[in-house]
Amino acid sequence: MRDVAIIGVKNTKFGELWDRSFRDVVVEAGVGAVSDAGVVGEKIDAMFVGNMSGGQFVEQEHIGALIADYSGLAKDIHVPSTRVEAACASGGLALRQGIYAVASGMDDIVIAAGAEKMTDVPSAKASSALAAAADREWEGIMGATFPGLYAMIARMHMHKYGTTSEQLAQVAVKNHQNGQHNPIAQYKTPITVDSVLKSIMVADPLHIFDCSPITDGASAVVLAPADIAHEYTDTPIYVKATAQASDTIALHDRRDITTLDASVAAGKRAYEMAGLQPKDIDLVEVHDCFTIAEICAIEDLGFAKKGEGGIVTQNGETAIGGRIPVNTSGGLKSCGHPVGATGVKQAVEIVEQLRGEAGKRQVDGAEIGMTHNVGGSGATAVVHIFSRNR
Amino acid sequence: MSVPRFWRKQIARYNLVGTHCKKCDEYFYPPRNMCPACRREGEIEEYKFSGKGEVVTYTVIHTAAEGFENQTPYVLAIIKLDEGPSLTSQIICDPSNVKIGMKVKPVFRKLGQAGERGMIYYGTKFVPEVADKC
Repeated sequence: MRDVAIIGVKNTKFGELWDRSFRDVVVEAGVGAVSDAGVVGEKIDAMFVGNMSGGQFVEQEHIGALIADYSGLAKDIHVPSTRVEAACASGGLALRQGIYAVASGMDDIVIAAGAEKMTDVPSAKASSALAAAADREWEGIMGATFPGLYAMIARMHMHKYGTTSEQLAQVAVKNHQNGQHNPIAQYKTPITVDSVLKSIMVADPLHIFDCSPITDGASAVVLAPADIAHEYTDTPIYVKATAQASDTIALHDRRDITTLDASVAAGKRAYEMAGLQPKDIDLVEVHDCFTIAEICAIEDLGFAKKGEGGIVTQNGETAIGGRIPVNTSGGLKSCGHPVGATGVKQAVEIVEQLRGEAGKRQVDGAEIGMTHNVGGSGATAVVHIFSRNR
Repeated sequence: MSVPRFWRKQIARYNLVGTHCKKCDEYFYPPRNMCPACRREGEIEEYKFSGKGEVVTYTVIHTAAEGFENQTPYVLAIIKLDEGPSLTSQIICDPSNVKIGMKVKPVFRKLGQAGERGMIYYGTKFVPEVADKC
């Protein structure tokens, strides 16, 4: 298996992009990443696009071909383009497929992208499309919503470990604090614990400010074999691990409601593949679709003891400058969560950090970063580890 | 949900019928065709649950799922049945009285309707076992 490097990255603006279409945003991210890498079209061997629900959000399937076409990669050069779907982990999984293609030796230069256009439909329709990531026949039919499922995780976490609403709110406060320095972020306004707690209740105990928003956006990275990465860039970022795990699709079938076993398994596989431990990671982008999700994630990935995710957050250990900075990009909470794009955006953030290009969000001396992307309420987890050094 | 999609599991929804693996003695609701514990080696048979169970965790939904708008606030919960498996359902009760560990029993209720003239979905919801907790 060959070592793989990221040689180019690009995020579009994340937000309510009413003047842009699905294909507009993907092409912007793709072309941006390719020009960041200094690659020409003829060099591209394959493309993978993470997209959760084009069929419901923009009534468009056949996303792989659409994007190849509008990126100018279909005509004459006929670059193979594949759509990858794993709900909100679609982006992370597209990246993983791209890494497979390069690592296997089948392809050299590969684009991994992710995109979602969620604001072309009313928010009730968007919520309904998102609910398809849970078990529609046995959760959705009972009136379950995604905030509802995560609220049940939060309730259990509070009951078992004494986690408080204030600690949940502190996740949102920290991520908005980070996101205000991210030019692509949907929400750049700092918020307070008080404003989170006073925001309307969506699914008790989760307030609306505990939830990530509905967002449009796209992200892309360009992958290359590590051996030739220096032909394109002075600062290739190396892929040290790619791991994926599955769990039951319905929350009610889980061994422990407060632990995403798929995250634990993917994390363990990633640490083994990289030969690293949690203490070696300088920063991590985790899947904070809801504030409780970040608390579970840092526990499941070994950055906090089980049950102490709330306390660790409260103590500032996950802030920039803390023991393990979490979601320097602003996370899904402040940056926005265009579901298919998120997993790739997380990798773009880590690459910018490891290149030392993150501006006011920069983690001093960052060498090794991790991404953690979850589909549904934890049925899929994808974890990557990246390093400045090969 | 389309009529055929609902109809296929109608008996399971109406009567809390799930499955039991004779080989590993585990119970499943919703029903499973293959035992996730012993997989292809398993021996699956139908099993009707008593329906008694307790609340594992719950939430009070204020922003409803599509089609549930006139039910807010409603209590959504994960309920562990006495035989072992857990399921997601609603608890019909004053939201402020629901507690983790509360004992519940099943009731047959309307779940929803496919549009104004569409099929009415029925299924199992739960109420507190002790009536004064309603």
